[in-house]
Amino acid sequence: MILAFESSCDETSVAVIEDGHKILSNIVATQIKSHQRFGGVVPEVASRHHIEEVTLCIKDALAEAGVGYDDLDAVAVTYGPGLVGALLIGVTAAKTVAFAHNLPLIPVNHMAGHIYAARYVEPIEFPALALLVSGGHTELVYMPAENQFEIIGETRDDAAGEAYDKVGRVMGVNYPAGKTVDEWAHQGKDTFNFPRAMEKDDNFDFSFSGLKSAFINTTHHADQIGETLSKQDLAASFQQAVVDVLAEKTQRALADYPVKQLILAGGVAANRGLRERLERDLSSNPTTHLVKAPLKLCGDNAAMIGAFAYVAFKHGVFADATLNADPSLEFDWAADSAK
Amino acid sequence: MKILAIDTSNRPLSVAVLDGTTVLAAITVTVHQKHAEYLLPEIERLLAMADLQPTDLDRVVVAAGPGSYTGIRIAVTTAKTLAATLDIDLVAVSSLATLAANVPVEGALVAPMFDARNQNVFAGLYRIKQGVPTAEIADTHTDVTAFLTAVGEYGEPVWFLGDADHFRDLIGTTVSAATPAVSPWLNLPQVATIGLLGQKMTPVSDVDRFVPNYLRLTQAEAEWRAKNPEEDTGSYVEKI
Ligand SMILES: [Zn+2]
Repeated sequence: MILAFESSCDETSVAVIEDGHKILSNIVATQIKSHQRFGGVVPEVASRHHIEEVTLCIKDALAEAGVGYDDLDAVAVTYGPGLVGALLIGVTAAKTVAFAHNLPLIPVNHMAGHIYAARYVEPIEFPALALLVSGGHTELVYMPAENQFEIIGETRDDAAGEAYDKVGRVMGVNYPAGKTVDEWAHQGKDTFNFPRAMEKDDNFDFSFSGLKSAFINTTHHADQIGETLSKQDLAASFQQAVVDVLAEKTQRALADYPVKQLILAGGVAANRGLRERLERDLSSNPTTHLVKAPLKLCGDNAAMIGAFAYVAFKHGVFADATLNADPSLEFDWAADSAK
Repeated sequence: MKILAIDTSNRPLSVAVLDGTTVLAAITVTVHQKHAEYLLPEIERLLAMADLQPTDLDRVVVAAGPGSYTGIRIAVTTAKTLAATLDIDLVAVSSLATLAANVPVEGALVAPMFDARNQNVFAGLYRIKQGVPTAEIADTHTDVTAFLTAVGEYGEPVWFLGDADHFRDLIGTTVSAATPAVSPWLNLPQVATIGLLGQKMTPVSDVDRFVPNYLRLTQAEAEWRAKNPEEDTGSYVEKI
């Protein structure tokens, strides 16, 4: 049984996980309402909220799971990537609990956690490929075997979730904008034909800044000539461009990296348009099977950290009391990648 | 009573382990400011030297601010997590009072100061009463001249500690009474002292809700509150 911590951005979460795939508890305290006041996450505010919540989350997680410290085998924690001040609260609390109760400490890469949210759907089979899409990251990760992660493509500018928040702001949608833009997109049509960046390039990298600029120029121009554009059509056109780029690159990656599973994970993996598109694309693929992270585990949570921590535990990956936050932690690039 | 005392409010890191009035082990380090990396290993090392297990502890005493935001969060997160997870007492002491406690002169006025940049300081004025620093001017984040002017009005000798050297000239022009020369040692927190004082202090009533004493809103919050003076500033965090 693992007590897992997550505090990389604006959610404080503690979970108790059994055997890496059974959620006994998964307490998530979200600060979204606080950051909505500022239109986005303010790091210092996030750190202050984490310290208000962290021990309450520990207590609730243990109580809800009905376990005590004696029942635990290890403590796990996200140590990067993320906001350094936010990460430090989870890292410090997790280290302290591990020390106080003489438990091993497992350092977890937040992105491995996102991928392992899929473990709550079914066991992960290797080789596998993960499309990780969130507010801070957009990347394709190849997993040749358990506990091995190689980046084969990533965004060169904005993360997909960031682009959603920015175009959302232009349309007057409060942060985080993903859900509303997704809803509008389903009510509108792709009439604006925004650019699909790097679609044809011979690599697996993404770019969303061109799309974002095209979107802003279009709405700005309409404002200037006093024309009102359909928010639904704008959203549909934006989303279609995002989904096309993500899906196309993923298809090309699958051609180069034949895998048993394609895992869709990260906060933006909750996007209906993206889920539907990949389902369609993968339905005709006889060898690769799509595993979508459960909707309620797409956002940041400690259950996903506990799922991967179980794998790390088996592989003997432990940290000592010097463990520090690593805000720019990332997987290595694949040796044979285009980069 | 077995006590752990910690302070990482600024560059110095200070840890002490006490058994009642006996100081078992104490350390103050200034060569780095990697508190996230070094605080817990130092606690581990000192407890081991004292031949104690974490579960032997009865009380944690922490310097809870003001100071560097990250620094006070590391000490407070460590202290409150230890107290919560071991179900023991947590005692919070001002990080400025921690410095004031370095002066063992009954009746002395002590002004610990932390440089908060742009001619601002975190500072307080304390009088040592029966060995305990007692606030005369409550800890505040303020313009340094305003603070020194208020201190000068006492017309008494004042011990200036902490980053006071950054403001030596200003102190000379605003405070006419004598300022005792201070050994550099006294400018550093020695948490064994607050470990001793903390034994008689009332523990924090709600460990889980305990937070550092920042003495300042974040800039984003200050601006938001100025724009939304009517808004309820209650809890913005919800369990989902
Ligand atoms: Zn995330």
